[in-house]
Amino acid sequence: MTLAEYKYADTIHRCFRCGYCKFPVNWMDVNNCPAYARFRMETYSCGGRLWLTKAWLSNEIDWSEHLAQILYSCTACKNCEEKCPLRFNVDIFNMIQAARAEMVERGLVPAAVKEFLENVQRHGNPYGNAREGRGEWSQETGIEQYQGQDYLYYVGCVGSYDTRAQQTARTLGKVLLRSGVSFGVLGSEENCDGNEVNALGEETLFEMLAEENVRKFKDLGVTNIVTLSPHSYNAFKNDYAKYDGSFPVLHYTQLLRDLITDGKLDVSGGMNARVTYHDPCFLGRWNGEYDAPRQVLSAIPGIELVEMEKNRESTLCCGGGGGNFYTDFLGGSENSPARIRVREAATTGASVLAVACPNCMTMLEDAVKAEGLEDKLVVKDVSEIVGEVCGIG
Amino acid sequence: MFELKFDANICLSCGNCDCLTRCQYMDIDRETAKTEITKIASGEDSFVLHDCVTCYACEEYCPMGNHPFYLIVERQEELDIPPLPKPLIERGIQTGIPFRGEPEIFEAKEPALCMGVFSDLMYLIQGKLFDEFSVISEDPRKMFHYFCQLMYLHYARTSVIKERLPGIIETIAKHGAREIVFFHDECYGTYDSYCSAVGIEVPFKPVHLFEYLYNKLNELRDEIQPLNMKVAYQRPCSSRLSPDKHHFVRDIFDLIGAQSVDREYVDETALCCGGTIQGQRREGSRLRSADVQERNIEDMVNAGTEVCVFNCPACYNTMAGMVSRRGIRPVYMSDLCRLAIGEEPAGWR
Amino acid sequence: MSSVYESLVEIVGGEHVSTQAEELYIYSFDLGTTEPHRPDYAVAPRTTEEIQEILRLANREKVPVAPLGGGLSLAGLALPLKGGISLDLKRMDTILEVNEKSRYVVVECGVSQGQLTSYLERHHPTLMHSEPGAPPMATIAGNMAIHGQGDLAHPYGFNSDMVNGLEVVLPTGEVCRFGSCSVSTQWYTNHPLPDVGLFLGWAGTTGIITRVSMKLFPHKSIVGAGQFVVKDENLIPEIIHKITHTEMVHDLVAYSQAIPPFSSGLHHLTINLSADSEKELAFKMELIFDDTLGHYIRSGDGGYLGFNRGLQRPQVSKTSDWRKGGGFEYVGSIMPVETYPDCYRRGREISEKHGIPYTVLGRVIGMSHAMMFSWTYAFNRADPETMDQAREALHETDDLVLELDGAIWKPGTYGQKLVMERMDPNTLNLMKKVKQLLDPNGIMNPGNWEVS
Repeated sequence: MTLAEYKYADTIHRCFRCGYCKFPVNWMDVNNCPAYARFRMETYSCGGRLWLTKAWLSNEIDWSEHLAQILYSCTACKNCEEKCPLRFNVDIFNMIQAARAEMVERGLVPAAVKEFLENVQRHGNPYGNAREGRGEWSQETGIEQYQGQDYLYYVGCVGSYDTRAQQTARTLGKVLLRSGVSFGVLGSEENCDGNEVNALGEETLFEMLAEENVRKFKDLGVTNIVTLSPHSYNAFKNDYAKYDGSFPVLHYTQLLRDLITDGKLDVSGGMNARVTYHDPCFLGRWNGEYDAPRQVLSAIPGIELVEMEKNRESTLCCGGGGGNFYTDFLGGSENSPARIRVREAATTGASVLAVACPNCMTMLEDAVKAEGLEDKLVVKDVSEIVGEVCGIG
Repeated sequence: MFELKFDANICLSCGNCDCLTRCQYMDIDRETAKTEITKIASGEDSFVLHDCVTCYACEEYCPMGNHPFYLIVERQEELDIPPLPKPLIERGIQTGIPFRGEPEIFEAKEPALCMGVFSDLMYLIQGKLFDEFSVISEDPRKMFHYFCQLMYLHYARTSVIKERLPGIIETIAKHGAREIVFFHDECYGTYDSYCSAVGIEVPFKPVHLFEYLYNKLNELRDEIQPLNMKVAYQRPCSSRLSPDKHHFVRDIFDLIGAQSVDREYVDETALCCGGTIQGQRREGSRLRSADVQERNIEDMVNAGTEVCVFNCPACYNTMAGMVSRRGIRPVYMSDLCRLAIGEEPAGWR
Repeated sequence: MSSVYESLVEIVGGEHVSTQAEELYIYSFDLGTTEPHRPDYAVAPRTTEEIQEILRLANREKVPVAPLGGGLSLAGLALPLKGGISLDLKRMDTILEVNEKSRYVVVECGVSQGQLTSYLERHHPTLMHSEPGAPPMATIAGNMAIHGQGDLAHPYGFNSDMVNGLEVVLPTGEVCRFGSCSVSTQWYTNHPLPDVGLFLGWAGTTGIITRVSMKLFPHKSIVGAGQFVVKDENLIPEIIHKITHTEMVHDLVAYSQAIPPFSSGLHHLTINLSADSEKELAFKMELIFDDTLGHYIRSGDGGYLGFNRGLQRPQVSKTSDWRKGGGFEYVGSIMPVETYPDCYRRGREISEKHGIPYTVLGRVIGMSHAMMFSWTYAFNRADPETMDQAREALHETDDLVLELDGAIWKPGTYGQKLVMERMDPNTLNLMKKVKQLLDPNGIMNPGNWEVS
């Protein structure tokens, strides 16, 4: 593909590199682009990536592993799109995604990305774990296989396989059972939702996954979906319609909020804790849902909800989006976004850092350990906090 | 060229001269009013032409529908008595020039709604009340192609209105809708009142937003949760061109359980937002405007107003900050209606 | 691997130095019309000590060093014109001290304007600094190094007039401190010690500013902008004179531009006011808009457009998208206020000749002691022809500034040459001696302010 054939050929040169994309809303630092925060070289800023993309497509620079890593270090957090004052801002991530697609097309992706994509293709998950084991997390929980219940509880790859995130998946399942929600899971029949595959630019594989999932959901008569992960939520809500799959979908925090409001979930037991909440990018900036998780937490007596200085549209991404929870291009430094983020959380004086995404959970929990904050700060998913309140371990 | 349908004989035989005697910004007795309106009608200078704040209200006060306000601004232009300093007039006239390409003409399905020059306010027409609409002028870059031009009454430049309006009407008409709800009642007033007053043909039927909202809310009656708020309506100047639609304000309030406060400056005695007055050429205009605003807001406060409801974006821009500093929440009527049916309007947040 | 590279890695760590094509590509560009210049190394130090070591190394190996802050001068001033090290200073971003009582802040050189604005808003809401119209990534120290101005230029002058002290690393690696910080722990004044003033306005050719103490000013609780419009450009100098006489205004800017059409051929004055009470605001508004400007309103020559509370944060980067093209550059100049009409008329001619919609702006500096007048030319980065047009227009404008007896502000190399051709030869000679004394090997930002 030449620059002229690139979908955003008329747009990509419009980035001025003025740098608004590095800031949160209140301008308190220039660290709100996770990749730039990690490396602090202009190449890793949003503008740097766009200029490099244009340079590569117009043969001003050659492809290199380093170039690919720069492009794949973007976590798809959309901070840039929120902050860029120019009209083309809605397409910033699309421009990166399209460039990645070209790298995929030419077989020029970094090794870790290649591995991620191959694992998803072969095993339906990025870890390369066996498909058969996908449902093991739900053993002995009483959670049923989906067979026409009101909701399909879609767990996603991280919740299905990551040991820590599996706990969250189980707790949420039990909370839903306690609330009398009619739901089931797909277990080993569940496949990757493809959200990260799409972000990584593997369009064909994403199409395949989306079509398969849509077919499966239809065959099973799925009417409503509730997801553990905002990433799955995003794919189902915004991308599956193209594949004839318009299923009403909720992120679980939205469902919990409704259950509490409707009196079906009793959180009156309360919890005495100072809690700060970290917005997941695919729930917040991608889908505008900032309130539901906060409403859930605020409904619990005894919880003092304190905000980090960078919250809602200004949240600093955990650094795990766009496959980075696996590819880890931003890891290995005290400037890794997750470590910056847990330091920010610690300054609120909160003892609990609440998350609503299994990717954020794994990224931030690792960061708490790396920062030696285990004694001060515990990462808990919103569903786990609710579970604790309800006496569900 | 289009000519104002004004009959001087009607004024000569008028007993009350409400147009001038009821003016809230000039103190004119009946006798003086008669003399001055006669002078104006015959093309002579009058202090009225110098002191008029261009609030449009006389257009409503005249019981004969003889268009005294349109006459005043035509005479101001003819006699070169501009109500505003010339740079403001030039700026205003240039503001309406489209400069970002031609509009995309698409077949508008009915019901259709035209945003006019308020394409930036698309967030005000979301939710159930509006989701059926085919929206004309939703792109801010093209909105001046849909600008009703009537703002130039404040500038005493009816010549500009008459020159540009036929082209605007043609553009809107190309969308093919027979009935069009107008987001702003100045547009409605243009196509309903002004065009007929000067003989410009309008090939579509304008519908007042509040009439539409009232009817739509009736359809959704089951979903209405009474708001139980004390509201004051900031009546815009353009509303004087459609006094027959003004009752929909109260009708809507009644329907959604908003309690209209008992206040002095209401309906026919409503006060101008001051946005135009502050820039006028006449000595002391800025302070005059500030005084009008102060009286208006003080009246709202004294009446226990919780929410000030707006129709016109210009009034909103001028007064929203002022009322909120006095503890009154500013909100557009469309957002208030959305709130009543359980939606969470963007403007309310 | 070269020994320079290895030494740099040793100084700043491997992650903060690069010789890879991607970094060298990105750091070769300015955001304006200047042709790219490729560095040999991109380096991002974190401490003054690291900078000292880098400069010692560069001086020893005779490697050029181009210091880079926000990279928003647009005039190519931070480009490695002769290769060498592009020294990205933005990692040095700690706000070290705010002294509320003595109203100053000490920052590291990479602290951005936005970061300081935010910090003061959140922690010291009664204080503010003079924030330039640049995007918030612009750095405090970079702005000082080019004699920038901000939104308090009218009452308090150039930002470089607000310096209370500097820490500078000389090209030979020594650290020098100037102002009270050189004799005490406090950074509250730049005086009364002998003035060596060798670093402000030199665009990084004499050393690297690593720390700055800058004056802060009262930030009142109510801020807002009034707008006043006139048609006749000849009225602007006298109106500015009258408004500045009141000593009531925070920022005073006149502008005119072809697009959007409302402003074409008209001159808007943006008059920023601030107050701590409604009473104070009402008093100031009456003094300005009624007593001072009322005469123009009554005569019909000037119009009051209203007063809006709150100030819009700088959105100047939108200018870059006027031609849907990611770029603009402007000639800034420091001019006598009375040249406004000529600046406008002649600038408009240049724009129209090159087919670029005109945009001009004058910001008052001091009590009408001068104005920063700018002519802006947008271009489309994807269309070389528009870049050429803009470049030509910029050069013609540089010529115009000198013709009108002005001084070019932060000139690029073309403008620097024009200025030096005109400059008093003795001054020029002194500049040359100073440069030779401080930077014997000519490593600091070479290509800029080079006296032949």
